[in-house]
Amino acid sequence: MEDIILQLDRIEKRFDDAEVLRGIDLTIRRGEFITLLGPSGCGKTTTLRIIAGLEQPDGGRVLLEGRDVTAEAPNRRNVNTVFQNYALFPHMSVEANIGYSLRLKRVAKAEIKKTVAQALELVQLAGYEKRMPGELSGGQRQRVAIARAVVNQPKVLLLDEPLGALDLQLRHQMQVELKRLQKRLGITFVYITHDQEEALNMSDRIAVMREGRFEQIGTPAQIYDHPHTSYVAHFVGAANVLTGTVTAVDADTLTFSCLGGQGRVAHAGAPFAPGQRITVAVRSERVSLIADTGEGDGLPATVKEKNFVGGVLQIILAMADGSELVSSRHGIDSPLDAGDKVRAIWQPDSAVPVDLEAQP
Amino acid sequence: MKHAPSFGPLAAKRRKKRGDGPFLLAVLPLYAFTLLFVAGPLIYMVVLSFLQRAEVWGVVYTFTPQNYVHILDPIYLKTFVESFKLALLSTALIIAVGYPFGYFMAKLTAKWKQRMMLLLMIPFWTSSLIRLYGWIIIFRANGVLDKVLMALHVTDAPLKLLYTYPAVVVGMVYALVPFMIFSVYSSAEKLDWHLVEAARDLGANALQAFLTVSLKLTLPGLLSGIVLTFIPSMGLFFIADILGGNKVVLVGNVIQEQLMKAHNWPFAAALSVVLMVLTSLSIALYRRVAKVKDLEGLV
Repeated sequence: MEDIILQLDRIEKRFDDAEVLRGIDLTIRRGEFITLLGPSGCGKTTTLRIIAGLEQPDGGRVLLEGRDVTAEAPNRRNVNTVFQNYALFPHMSVEANIGYSLRLKRVAKAEIKKTVAQALELVQLAGYEKRMPGELSGGQRQRVAIARAVVNQPKVLLLDEPLGALDLQLRHQMQVELKRLQKRLGITFVYITHDQEEALNMSDRIAVMREGRFEQIGTPAQIYDHPHTSYVAHFVGAANVLTGTVTAVDADTLTFSCLGGQGRVAHAGAPFAPGQRITVAVRSERVSLIADTGEGDGLPATVKEKNFVGGVLQIILAMADGSELVSSRHGIDSPLDAGDKVRAIWQPDSAVPVDLEAQP
Repeated sequence: MKHAPSFGPLAAKRRKKRGDGPFLLAVLPLYAFTLLFVAGPLIYMVVLSFLQRAEVWGVVYTFTPQNYVHILDPIYLKTFVESFKLALLSTALIIAVGYPFGYFMAKLTAKWKQRMMLLLMIPFWTSSLIRLYGWIIIFRANGVLDKVLMALHVTDAPLKLLYTYPAVVVGMVYALVPFMIFSVYSSAEKLDWHLVEAARDLGANALQAFLTVSLKLTLPGLLSGIVLTFIPSMGLFFIADILGGNKVVLVGNVIQEQLMKAHNWPFAAALSVVLMVLTSLSIALYRRVAKVKDLEGLV
């Protein structure tokens, strides 16, 4: 049996007339690092606040270790939050901030001192006890907020875009540290971000959210390589999404026509028939470019521009109908130039049919 | 060094010196005004308190500590004690009403904040004296309050609250509570409500979160509210006059009487000096106890 620590059961939430959460279900295993990924306004922060007890759902239940805690006040739940703006108490020293929850529990002073020192050690801020939050840098405040939240040994730690305010370099460093910290403490992390790279990098599982629903829940590999919908394909890793018509179905693959050419895709047993509309996602790094032979597999295209972004060369292609397709590769330049006629091809098993439920 | 450097701290100092001229000229009228109309009268008052009153009118310029000795007379000492007690009671009631009012006002939506602000401001458009006469209509025997209470069968006979101690206290609270509300509100407005949520999240119940976070962070507002209400409530003589008749006599009343009726300016001045020193001392004491140096809204 799986060791389930937290369960969301058909959670609904409305603010005035806006439906923020439309009946979401989520089951989280003990010790798991799960990320809620989505653009701002998709309901991920509301979900977190409902788990913390800072917001009451309009429908559904929150189960913590099988116990219904939906109506319980936030201070009654063994769940702690790292807030987006850290929410450190400005009138308390680092030591007092971290020891806050222990003081409320009336833990002995010497014990608190020891635990706080350990927590500071954990986040690599040993010796910072007497500092005030106003004297710390953003990254240091972040660490104090984490120390304050874990010192209580919560069953679940909720993190609301904790790295959002940090600069890129520090963010990458903190990603690694947070992941290590989670492994070491063995605490279940529910992490919120709108940064797909962060989600892919850190999570055991990702729940992609869209307009108050989960679009897809799965491991980073599942989400990245087998997106279920064009939305997921596009939001995570900015895949190319193509729409066409099925022309032939083989044992493992099918052929579809689109943009004046044809492509092939592994259908994985999905029931497709010739003549049917199909939407296919192809990652840009899976798209190869060959000289245009005028026939066979591939889509005719014209090189539009080349961009060197984040260690990757992106070649933007103009397609037959004027839309764009991206092919990316390592390296800083390619012999291709703007205006060159090419054909965009890919291996059938590196493309995925998406939006199966939405197909007519 | 032959030439003064055109950069570095020295140059900055030189630039600053040159820039100070026009700046000083600009603030000079301000200083002059303050000296003439604020510091001047205060010094005059202190000087006055050591002079003798003339037989009929004015003062005789002879030094005497007699006015201060006169204050030690039990009649006047009692007045000081009574005023202090009334000020303490009024301030306590003002906190009880004004703090929650200001605190929760900061939680309202922007639209309701504006409306509340307007409602609080409207009374200031009328003379406070006229508003006090309104209280006479409410408090007098068979007045509005008595009629309402009797109609509701809370009491059977008129309470005759006018010209009693409670009437003066109510008048004080009424006149001064807006200052408490405004200063608590300005403090609570700046309070980050996420901090309260963080406290709840970390295991504090609503009361603990309030005491450890909200109250601590709105303390500057509360303290300046206390300063803004405690000092005037020692000296608002016209409230005691109008609502207390001659039954409630405060230091303010004695000063006014000595100045306007007895024409004993030196004694009135001495009373004022003692009142000022006492209030300053109590604030200094309070600040030390509360360990807060910056009072919100006050320098």
